[in-house]
Amino acid sequence: MVSRTTDDYEKLALAGCEALCEPAFWAGFDRSSAAGFYDYFRQLTEYEPKRAARYGIKHFCWLCINPKEADDPGFAREVMALIPEFINRENVLGIGEIGLNKNTRSELKIFEEHVQIALDYDLPVLIHTPHLEDKLKGTKLILDSLASFSKLDRSKVIIDHVEEHTVAHVLNAGYWAGMTLYPESKCTPSRAIDILEVYGSENIWMNSACDWGVSDPMAVPKCALEMKRRKHSPELIRKVTFDNPEKFLSQSPRFKL
Amino acid sequence: MLSKKELLDMQFIDARARLIDLAAFLDRLERHEGADDVRLRYLKDALPILQENRADRAKAVLEKFSDHSVELSETAPFQGASGAPIS
Repeated sequence: MVSRTTDDYEKLALAGCEALCEPAFWAGFDRSSAAGFYDYFRQLTEYEPKRAARYGIKHFCWLCINPKEADDPGFAREVMALIPEFINRENVLGIGEIGLNKNTRSELKIFEEHVQIALDYDLPVLIHTPHLEDKLKGTKLILDSLASFSKLDRSKVIIDHVEEHTVAHVLNAGYWAGMTLYPESKCTPSRAIDILEVYGSENIWMNSACDWGVSDPMAVPKCALEMKRRKHSPELIRKVTFDNPEKFLSQSPRFKL
Repeated sequence: MLSKKELLDMQFIDARARLIDLAAFLDRLERHEGADDVRLRYLKDALPILQENRADRAKAVLEKFSDHSVELSETAPFQGASGAPIS
């Protein structure tokens, strides 16, 4: 939640949030050096857990260089070389959010090198799929790439930001699917519920986007309310907002509530 | 699951408002000067999908706004996305 104020932690606590996981992502601008990422990884592993703990929320994170800054492979590898120093910290769940942004050759190469790091450490993977017009193509490229990793346990991989045109590709290939709730782009709460109604509730979760742009950390509780209004059972609401995330994240040895 | 009537009771006014917003947006573009933009063409091309009798209109609209090429790009022309393929 590096892009959010402490007020947002309080709101989440009031809504019953037990824990959150924060992917390593773009800062809203490109960092000028790998040292910028060193400081960022310290923020994710040292400062944010303390800020969340003041509201009784457990803070977990993922590490990587995000795809938006991964088009320069030399720079990306400098950042990736920092990961071993942080990977065993107590709130680090795995590698993410890796993936593609503009579906470039270099982005794909760096994505695959990240997947190999996750395999080397036997940790879960959180994958970002591209925005808007690039999402469908990027999702297919990611799935094709993952298929070449014969030792990859697909149940330890979640492919995030699915929408109506990509969710079946992800679930049918045996991966977890994440629906990121946004007021404008990606999934609205109403559409996320539609996806649950059509594709079921196995291996799927929803998450609130908490980034620099228009986003709402309370999106998941609001979606839970919308599910209630649409007469979904308390069991189903709990499953997609709590049980499923807990099931997936518990595959990381460091995830404990 | 809600019945059709219950869904309409809950969401019809919101859907109506969104449709009028879209109509007003197209009116606004009509009134303002400037060159045609491929994004407007994508928007208009997607509208007939709403009239089709099918249960996957959202998927079809998203596919309409998607890049269907398969080749990797050599470099990123820019970092963001425009909402429709504009190359």
